[in-house]
Amino acid sequence: MAATLALRNLSLCHGERVLVKDISLDLAGGEVRVLMGPNGAGKSSLLKAIAGHPDYRPSAGQILLDGVDIKELPPEERSRRGIFLAFQHPVDLPGVSIGQLLKSARQARLGPDETLDVVAFYRELYGALESLSVDRSWANRSANDGFSGGERKRCELLQILLLKPFFILLDEIDSGLDVDGTALVANVLCRLREAGTGILLVTHSRRLLDALTPDGVSVLRDGRLVRSGGAELAAEVERDGFLAIAGERNG
Amino acid sequence: MDEGDQDGNFFYRTDYAYDAGRGLSERTVRHISKLKGEPDWLLSFRLKSLEIFQKLSMPDWAPLAKGDLDYGSIRYYLAQEQLPRRNWEEVPEDVKRTFDRLGVPEKEKKFLAGVEAQFDSEMAYANLREDLTKQGVLFVSSSEGLRDHEKIFRPHFGTLVPSGDNPFAALNGAAFSGGSFIYVPPGVKVAQPLQAYFRINAEQFGQFERTLIVVGEGAEVTYLEGCTAPSFETATLHAAVVELVAMAGAKVQYVTVQNWSNSVRNLVTKRAKALEGAEIRWIDCNIGSRITMKYPALLLAGERARGEVLSISVARSGQRQDTGARAIHLAPRTSSQIIAKSLSIGDGTATYRGKIDVAPGADGCRSHSRCDALLLGEKAISQTFPKIHCRGGNCTVEHEASVSKISDEQLFYLRSRGLDERGALGLMVNGFFSDLIREFPMEYGVELKRLIEMEMDNVRIGEGTP
Repeated sequence: MAATLALRNLSLCHGERVLVKDISLDLAGGEVRVLMGPNGAGKSSLLKAIAGHPDYRPSAGQILLDGVDIKELPPEERSRRGIFLAFQHPVDLPGVSIGQLLKSARQARLGPDETLDVVAFYRELYGALESLSVDRSWANRSANDGFSGGERKRCELLQILLLKPFFILLDEIDSGLDVDGTALVANVLCRLREAGTGILLVTHSRRLLDALTPDGVSVLRDGRLVRSGGAELAAEVERDGFLAIAGERNG
Repeated sequence: MDEGDQDGNFFYRTDYAYDAGRGLSERTVRHISKLKGEPDWLLSFRLKSLEIFQKLSMPDWAPLAKGDLDYGSIRYYLAQEQLPRRNWEEVPEDVKRTFDRLGVPEKEKKFLAGVEAQFDSEMAYANLREDLTKQGVLFVSSSEGLRDHEKIFRPHFGTLVPSGDNPFAALNGAAFSGGSFIYVPPGVKVAQPLQAYFRINAEQFGQFERTLIVVGEGAEVTYLEGCTAPSFETATLHAAVVELVAMAGAKVQYVTVQNWSNSVRNLVTKRAKALEGAEIRWIDCNIGSRITMKYPALLLAGERARGEVLSISVARSGQRQDTGARAIHLAPRTSSQIIAKSLSIGDGTATYRGKIDVAPGADGCRSHSRCDALLLGEKAISQTFPKIHCRGGNCTVEHEASVSKISDEQLFYLRSRGLDERGALGLMVNGFFSDLIREFPMEYGVELKRLIEMEMDNVRIGEGTP
């Protein structure tokens, strides 16, 4: 099990535009770190870069998984090594059933001579579906295709449960969720954290933050890390707003 | 062998007892007819067809002109034996070896009610389960159909696809040999499929099988055909004709999985007639060949007859899949449904040509067509040419079409789950076809998925990326 994920002086450019500048962050297994910041601060870009999105290649710095720089690895390799990005807006995959998607993803984690135990896989899949209070028929539904916002988020959680990543990057996992949905997410994340999963969370949800009590909070503004602190920083942001936080650094 | 070598790109050297030589002339046609001991009416039909072939040209929209093939270098009749064996042990060794390697006898045991296997020009093997023979079902080679069952055979032969229809139907009329003759007596329901397997083994060869299927009132049958050929440097020609007649209330399903090697020019005319309340379904999958031109047709001739065409085609670089469907509504309250899905990869071209024609007086008809195209690569081409001509009253005729690509966002999503680019593309492509594949007889759905996956395996990374 990978124990640490660290960003070292990471910068990202998209053409001429600097998206993220000189970010350093540490996340250990079992920790929850929250990324906050106004729209356009670079939070989503940062998560995509960690997951290996080809449009968000680091221009400088390192992404260290247990001390090994993974920034040149393709996204599938990062995924197999235990990094999972839960998308803010998961894309429709018409015709690709959730069962097939997960089966292929699990098969991709096996050696060339190994084959997936399909029976055991489905047993596990049905168990996970049940724990998320969704029907078994989901196994045959096209992933995200025609899903409501809440269903999409459940589908992301389902994949986390089946793929068992060491570090999960959650991009507004709570957006579009009702009270029960948010409680479910909080519950699943708490369990994952207890099991040793590291969580990097982009969120503005008070409810989620209260449920999780993060180990650290980092505030991003204009692509820069302007403040880091403990759980109390989230409350401060909520009270004073991002401008005040950023100003403090400058002042 | 369990699954069989379904790629089929291999061949064993074979000695032919019968060889009509290269080139097509009146002499060749007379020679073939004499070899087969045919009656005069059939020889006249062949000669008339040859005359038509020499005059007809291809329509100007065709992706292949008549002159694109060198008819003088092709061999028109190659056979070891003229009549099929009923027992695999009696099939000549090198022929049997080929079908063993393709897994045909294995499948026969597993799930088929009858099997025919054509090797170059003639059926080498034809066998039907005994209980079906007892019920009067016929599943024999076209030569045997002619010789032993002329009363059923002759009235339908050449009625749905006359030789004047197109140059390759005429060529078939002149040179045909092999193909199946199936007759299902009224009321008999054949639960398991009958399968014909077409194998081209020889280089610079033309295969011209002719299949006739007559299904009696209220009878039911599913017919499957598969095919393979080794890949040669020179052009191989396959010009088949299929005629299918469904009497009142009959149900017929005709499934093709076309997996010819890339040297084959595949020019096939398929037509089915449905009488009152009959149901016909063409399932047509074109994965292989260099060029395919094939538009299975439905003649809905009796009231409330129903027809369906489900078409899948995959055009890789260098391939042209020119496919589609025709539905001719001749009687009131007939209905047709066409679903066509194509995948174009690299510089491959997939074309859909559809024709819906509702005759005057054919009132209350319904027709629905849907064409979905998926493109992989900047140079991939998809074309759709639907023609609708509705002269009946109170009809509903609909056509929908869509073209899509696999987006970067979809690819990244799947890769971020651990699938490599190839796996991600394969999953999306299978997803694209999945709702149609579900409609197939199960064993064929599995085989087709495997074939599509194999095509995807051959895609060079870069060739297929959006």
